[in-house]
Amino acid sequence: MTTATTIAPPIQPSRWKLLFGYLRRNKSLTIGLGIITFLVIFTVHGFLTVDQARAYPLKAKPKQPPGVLEFSNPDWPGKLPMGSDFFGRDMHAAMVKGMWQTALIGVIAGALGTFIGVVLGFTSAYFGGLFDTIVKGICQILTPIPVFMIQIIIAASLDKRDVTIFTMAGIVVMLAWMGPTLVIRSQVLSMKERQFVSVAKLSGVGNGGIIFGEILPNLLPFIAAAFVSQVFNGVFSSFYLAIVGLGPLREPLLGNIIWAAQSQGAFFNGWWWWPIWPASAMVLILSALALINMGLDELANPRIRRTE
Amino acid sequence: MKLRLILRRVAFLIMVVWAASTITFFIPRMSDRNPIRERFAELARTGGFSASDLEVIVASYNKKFGLDKPLWEQYVDYIGSVARLDLGVSLNRFPKTVTDIIYESLPWTIVLLFVSAILSFVIGNLLGAIAAWPKSPAWMRSVATPFIMFMGVPPVLLAIFLLFFLAFRLKLFPLGQAYSTGIAPDWSFSFILNVAWHQVLPAVSMILGSVGGWVLSMRGMGVTIQGEDYVNFAEHKGLNGRTIFRDYYLRNALLPQVTGFALALGSLITSGAVVESLYALPGLGSKLSQAIQANDFLVIYGIVLFITMSVATLMVLVEFLYPLLDPRIKYD
Amino acid sequence: MTPILQIRDLQVSYYTDLGRAVALNRVNLDLNAGEKLGLVGESGSGKSTMALAMMRMIKPPGRIESGSVTVGGVDLMTLNEEEMRDARLSRIAYIPQGAMNSLNPVMRIGAQMVDAVRAHTTNMSKDDVVELCKKSLESVDLKRNVYEMYAHELSGGMKQRVCIAIGILLKPQLIIADEPTSALDVVTQRQVMETIDRVQKEMGTAVILIGHDMGLMAQFVDKVAVMYAGRLTEVSTVKDMFSTPKHPYAQALISSLPNLKNKGVFQGIPGLAPSLLRIPSGCAFHPRCPQCMDICKSEIPAVRTVDGDRLVACHLYSEGA
Repeated sequence: MTTATTIAPPIQPSRWKLLFGYLRRNKSLTIGLGIITFLVIFTVHGFLTVDQARAYPLKAKPKQPPGVLEFSNPDWPGKLPMGSDFFGRDMHAAMVKGMWQTALIGVIAGALGTFIGVVLGFTSAYFGGLFDTIVKGICQILTPIPVFMIQIIIAASLDKRDVTIFTMAGIVVMLAWMGPTLVIRSQVLSMKERQFVSVAKLSGVGNGGIIFGEILPNLLPFIAAAFVSQVFNGVFSSFYLAIVGLGPLREPLLGNIIWAAQSQGAFFNGWWWWPIWPASAMVLILSALALINMGLDELANPRIRRTE
Repeated sequence: MKLRLILRRVAFLIMVVWAASTITFFIPRMSDRNPIRERFAELARTGGFSASDLEVIVASYNKKFGLDKPLWEQYVDYIGSVARLDLGVSLNRFPKTVTDIIYESLPWTIVLLFVSAILSFVIGNLLGAIAAWPKSPAWMRSVATPFIMFMGVPPVLLAIFLLFFLAFRLKLFPLGQAYSTGIAPDWSFSFILNVAWHQVLPAVSMILGSVGGWVLSMRGMGVTIQGEDYVNFAEHKGLNGRTIFRDYYLRNALLPQVTGFALALGSLITSGAVVESLYALPGLGSKLSQAIQANDFLVIYGIVLFITMSVATLMVLVEFLYPLLDPRIKYD
Repeated sequence: MTPILQIRDLQVSYYTDLGRAVALNRVNLDLNAGEKLGLVGESGSGKSTMALAMMRMIKPPGRIESGSVTVGGVDLMTLNEEEMRDARLSRIAYIPQGAMNSLNPVMRIGAQMVDAVRAHTTNMSKDDVVELCKKSLESVDLKRNVYEMYAHELSGGMKQRVCIAIGILLKPQLIIADEPTSALDVVTQRQVMETIDRVQKEMGTAVILIGHDMGLMAQFVDKVAVMYAGRLTEVSTVKDMFSTPKHPYAQALISSLPNLKNKGVFQGIPGLAPSLLRIPSGCAFHPRCPQCMDICKSEIPAVRTVDGDRLVACHLYSEGA
């Protein structure tokens, strides 16, 4: 005869604890978000403390190494904590403005690319037919073509004065929509056949209801992942274009600065800080985005989690 | 039928090349920049070319792209000349043809690409396989992690840091260029050594940037293969760890990676072009960025088209390779 | 005559997030050279664990906690890693369940047989090794040219026979066949079983056949051992087991078999097999046993010899019952 022992009810951890616990396990996501936070703080601080005009040429004493001395010369006011470049940009101001612009391109290109991908992928998968074949065919043929090369052609064909941050975002999007389109398309294709869609149809839910009520909510994790990778792609591609000299040259876009540094032989001349700041910033941005991407991947696909 | 498969692949290849040429043809014409006219203006300012040379360039340009002819006829001419691998002349270095420029810079690019692609494939996949194998020692498995961290970073950025630390600060490697100035190129051992010394940093930048991708994908593959019955049965047969790792685990995990190699080549070529120009190596990439700076349009379009065609061809070729490695795939 | 196989006190547990599951609970078993034993039981009774334990292939979170497995005078549990690796296939061989995926897809059959031989003996010439493998294929009724083929070119039955051919390459003293015919159709089943039978007779190996198909057991084995919740409940000759099973669980199993004479109502066994995480106290079968006594709930029945050569673990047969 056994007596039933009372078991204390399990303690439900608070939502904050659950969140922090997860963040601690998903290191990629945490580190990625951490880096982004740091960069955001840097940029915001920069906007508040430094005059943005100093990011453009001829605003500071050129070719100065980083230092904290105030210049007594009235022509060149202000400190140069990160030094200045050949053209007289204050590197600190340039970094701040450049990061903001890079982020802008990334987000614009990301949002646009994801949007196009979702719309195209969705319609082609859901409605099928000739439209689907065409879309799929275009994606297949364009895949072996190195995207960067085409972007070079587009950018080179533009009048140099027309190149702005927004045109760069546009160029990136023009060749980036294929990725999310294919991903969303395959997801929708598999969902279309699943039971919950058939059940909804049998219950008399119309097409619109199915699209927005049933399929779209299940697509959200993929859309989020596609967005992050599109932002990454946007930053990446615009960087590559800038670094070969096809960016909006006056803007202190990080890739531009590196290109300018290289064409002026920065390392040969000893101006090491000129390319190093933007390079470091780019590394941080890209690594953070890649880490967040990996972290989201782990979140969405539990099988990848810690199998060792 | 083997023949049908080959024909299908070749047809796909032709479609890709056609698409690439068409894009390369139409996009520049959509803007109303006329490079020749711009050239005129620029040269008029700097007083460069002589008037007769300029006429020859303009005449050849007009003939090639037939700006006076209707668009569709221009297009046909264009496709014809592409098929004949006639990509026009360089505006900057007249009368050098674009094809000449490509020929003289190609060897440098191929060397860098080959070395980087093969080394990163081998190192990356080996590290990934070791990282996923449960019997590997812990220190070996952690070697994979730093490479994964480098994954998102474009090789050109790694190149800058390598230049900074190893060439600028520590002066262990040269700051760039294919070989030291003042040395005449020949086939002597010392020259080859000099070239190799100059190739180290560029190759390392490329390899560091691409190893991570292989490590990650191979690790994922390895985890799947480990759980397969035949790996288990190999242990039941009394085979030792190394044999199982090599013949039952690695060989099966590596197979799908080969298809990824073609895609990886494509991205290597683009990042390679940028790394080349950073290190001032006289390869295709440098020529391309020089052409961009100088607005030498025909060179830009020619090199881009060439690279596009090469990547597409390589991808199709690798697809042919795969059935040879996997006995399960029959030609159909 | 000393038995070729002596298992003493074998205990294997799996340490899972939900607790400790005892998969094999102090199992003792003997087998003579040339004998064929059928090991039956429900899923989770411990039969496959027994096979893995004997091959020392239990992986974490499982652990062999105690016991000895002596094959041909050598206790496999006392061997070091390298010695055990050598013992696999040469002293004790394992034929896997579902050979569908047990052969390396990118190696030819011949290569997979040769590497098994090479892993154990190094003084045979290359030609001799090849000849040994091809002869092995012939003895399982396969053509010699299977040597050059790839796994995907073979049918399910052929693949299973290749696994048998590999198992007999080094003439082991004991072969464990883990449900070798589960994935096959009836006709192929018979072919494979006949192959195992013939090979065993030619080589005089002892065989443990693991399965849950009682009909198959009846046709091919000499003795039957019934397992339940990680413990041996009964070991009898096949004739005795099918005509007069002693343990209530064995009785229930036998009576649940379709019978040409007795076309009555089928008798299932009420209740469910226990989770290995929460094995009932005393005799593990007591909650489902129609002849359960008080002592069954508290005391684990020891394995006793009954009627000369039969082993039963049941309080019904202890002195004093």
